[in-house]
Amino acid sequence: MSEGQLNLNLRVWRQKDAKSPGQIESYAIKGVSTEMSFLEMLDVLNEQLLKEGKSPVEFDSDCREGICGTCSLSINGCAHGPERGTTACQLHMRHFKDGETIFIEPWRASAFPVVKDLVVDRSAFDRIIAAGGYVSTKSGPHADANAILIPKPQADAAFDSAACIGCGACVAACPNASASLFVSAKIQHLALLPQGQTERKRRALRMIEQMDLEGFGNCSNLGECEAACPKEISLENIATMKREYVKAAVHPSGR
Amino acid sequence: MAPLPSSKIPEGPIQGKWQKAKFDMKLINPANKRKHTVIVVGTGLAGAAAAASLGELGYNVLNFCIQDSPRRAHSIAAQGGINAAKNYPNDGDSVWRLFYDTVKGGDYRSREANVYRLAELSVNIIDQCVAQGVPFAREYNGELANRSFGGAQVSRTFYARGQTGQQLLLGAYSALMRQVDTGKVKLFPRREMMDLVLVDGKARGIICRNLVTGQLEKYAADAVVLATGGYGRVFFLSTNAFNSNCTAAWRAHKRGAYFANPCFTQIHPTCIPVAGDHQSKLTLMSESLRNDGRVWAPKNAADCAKRTDQLSEDQRDYFLERRYPSFGNLVPRDVASRNAKNICDEGRGVGTTKRAVYLDFRDAIKRDGENTIREKYGNLFDMYQKITGENPYQVPMRMYPAVHYTMGGLWVDYNLESTIPGLFVAGEANFSDHGANRLGASALMQGLADGYFVIPSTIGDYLARSHPEKISESKSEFAEAESQVRGQIKDLLNIGHKGKKTVLEFYRELGLQMWNEVGMSRTDAGLKKTLQRIPEMREEFYKSVLIPGTGEELNKNLELAMRVGDFFDLGELMARDALNRTESCGGHFREESQTPDGEALRKDQEFSYVAAWEYQGKQSEPTLHKEELKFENVHLTQRSYK
Repeated sequence: MSEGQLNLNLRVWRQKDAKSPGQIESYAIKGVSTEMSFLEMLDVLNEQLLKEGKSPVEFDSDCREGICGTCSLSINGCAHGPERGTTACQLHMRHFKDGETIFIEPWRASAFPVVKDLVVDRSAFDRIIAAGGYVSTKSGPHADANAILIPKPQADAAFDSAACIGCGACVAACPNASASLFVSAKIQHLALLPQGQTERKRRALRMIEQMDLEGFGNCSNLGECEAACPKEISLENIATMKREYVKAAVHPSGR
Repeated sequence: MAPLPSSKIPEGPIQGKWQKAKFDMKLINPANKRKHTVIVVGTGLAGAAAAASLGELGYNVLNFCIQDSPRRAHSIAAQGGINAAKNYPNDGDSVWRLFYDTVKGGDYRSREANVYRLAELSVNIIDQCVAQGVPFAREYNGELANRSFGGAQVSRTFYARGQTGQQLLLGAYSALMRQVDTGKVKLFPRREMMDLVLVDGKARGIICRNLVTGQLEKYAADAVVLATGGYGRVFFLSTNAFNSNCTAAWRAHKRGAYFANPCFTQIHPTCIPVAGDHQSKLTLMSESLRNDGRVWAPKNAADCAKRTDQLSEDQRDYFLERRYPSFGNLVPRDVASRNAKNICDEGRGVGTTKRAVYLDFRDAIKRDGENTIREKYGNLFDMYQKITGENPYQVPMRMYPAVHYTMGGLWVDYNLESTIPGLFVAGEANFSDHGANRLGASALMQGLADGYFVIPSTIGDYLARSHPEKISESKSEFAEAESQVRGQIKDLLNIGHKGKKTVLEFYRELGLQMWNEVGMSRTDAGLKKTLQRIPEMREEFYKSVLIPGTGEELNKNLELAMRVGDFFDLGELMARDALNRTESCGGHFREESQTPDGEALRKDQEFSYVAAWEYQGKQSEPTLHKEELKFENVHLTQRSYK
């Protein structure tokens, strides 16, 4: 691909810490290569700010290849930016135009408080997983792996749900800041597998209860989460979660 | 100078060593386990698996990670798969064959007993992961699917599309969160280990920096497990995550843990090439792609700028298939990487930088259809397209080797205990199982074997034998270590506030020096130059590095500055180790030691040992200790993949 250069106007959310109010600051950045990733563009901005004696913009990132779920930028109002099925770290500058103004903000949700600038606290997700998002098994000897046969379509469907990277884009995209897509992906992953059956009802009840306790909003079937999800987790997961919840709530111990 | 402790390899035939070791271990009764606290640093495959398993056994576990969630540890990014000697495809695999392949693949620089145990445990790992609900790939009959993976002639690799690391880590993370739920494991995310605390010569705790508040925190325990990953980021550009670093391991090294084989680094042959100066990291494309993709370069340098559809079959050089007819595109990583480098050195590289070769799926798509290829590698093809803007279903991928994994690490004995009593090291952070070259799909296997099965047994034995006395963070050793760290941070910020050159600028310079001289091939002159250059860079760094802000807040430049400071020291040790080892083996290629046709030439008489380096302070050279490697089960031969 041929390389181009962009001059951009950035409007970036700056916030000193969780307690301080934040505001949008403007920065001009010149000569951005279209081959750069969005985060590399921010690296360049930070180098520029450092040389000017200003404080750099703090943002989270780690693997920078779309799998760890660390990066969490709302770009022009879209979680992870405009490209479908793409995390901010895999978004490349070739998707932007010379002279464009780009707004960069943190995830917005009361359950994800801002830590600093673009960094947010997503520990609520860990607490939801701790509330039953697992199969209760121990390290040690188990039946031979092939003793449990799982039809390929079922295994593939479980994988599709398990592919969630826990980035929180679904929450950021949802007008209600609901965590339903995240929670439902784990519930469906394990509900589809024989290993997940024993604790199926308890899991659904506990995880949903924890989700509510954390202050996430309710799902009103708008589908923004699916559109923003970098792993394209399907809205069907939420339908499954609702069914699982009703079945579990009506008959907590029965079939 | 303390001699190298015994490697504690159990007596007897290799097949029975682990059983014997386990039987000889002292046990702790369930009621007493809850009286012990173990610190686990890191939440990747090894760390999360160890923390979860120790919690299940009843120990109190304090588990730390630098990420905001344990689920984000870099194991998550492993793509291709995990080896296990299940022999489901009935193609002749066995524990013995996996053991043999791994020792040979490591170019005879690993410990036989450790590798045998790894092969043995591989079978249990798959059962364990399936029980957790890890959605491995399956056949239509519902059984687990297998594929062959770089360097293996049997299909022993289990996988979950191109996201095996993610699925295995989420399995370990779920086991970990279950223990968090029970209260046996306490999680400490966004914490960076700054020092190891020794009391009476034993590892008894750590000093951490809370990365959100900047506060230093002290934690005491009866034993400490480091599972903090590898040090590939010393090269700046690598496939490792942006925050992966060597600080925890390096600081333990400075406290007395020997560092083994630091020069053994793995260069992965199939990564997306560097695109420009802005590049912050490199992206690996799983080597499973070499099962179907064919590696080639134009025969003539003049054809390198041409479109690939204009090059006929006889204008293409499928150099791996040509040079290694029996292994072809599936030669081990070190061999594939060096060949790609040689092709580019000859001027036959492709792409804008001329540092790339093709990986072509044209023939596979013709043979199996686009859908089959999409099913196997869809996510990798998408990733490639996102990064390069090119469609690999239509044009060949461009690939170049990049740093991917480090086989070296803290020295450990058979029980994974370092030279500091009570300090255990698991996963990539230790040196133990891969010798001079790691085979594909073996890292996940080792991380989980260490975490699920080895550490939980050996820690118990250590605690039962050493009867650690109860201590708390109020011991003076903790205050001393904390005040040292506080001083380091203060000094660094004092320099940083007057500094002119950013941490990233220094980091890129160090990385380039390492890549050019301590990378894919190494020479006496280049290594000596590096040993001279690094101290100069480090001196400049501690005079003029620019760091903004304070120590009492989230400050990623400060975090990075401390990590880069440690990378200077480690980089120097790597160059020293590479200079000492005047043979070529595995990923360590000394240009002075090669066969007439350019393959790595080992010198078994001189170098059949583990080089374990002891830190001797800032002003002195480290001391080299040698652990002789004995090969009683695998016959040493020159590796041949012809």
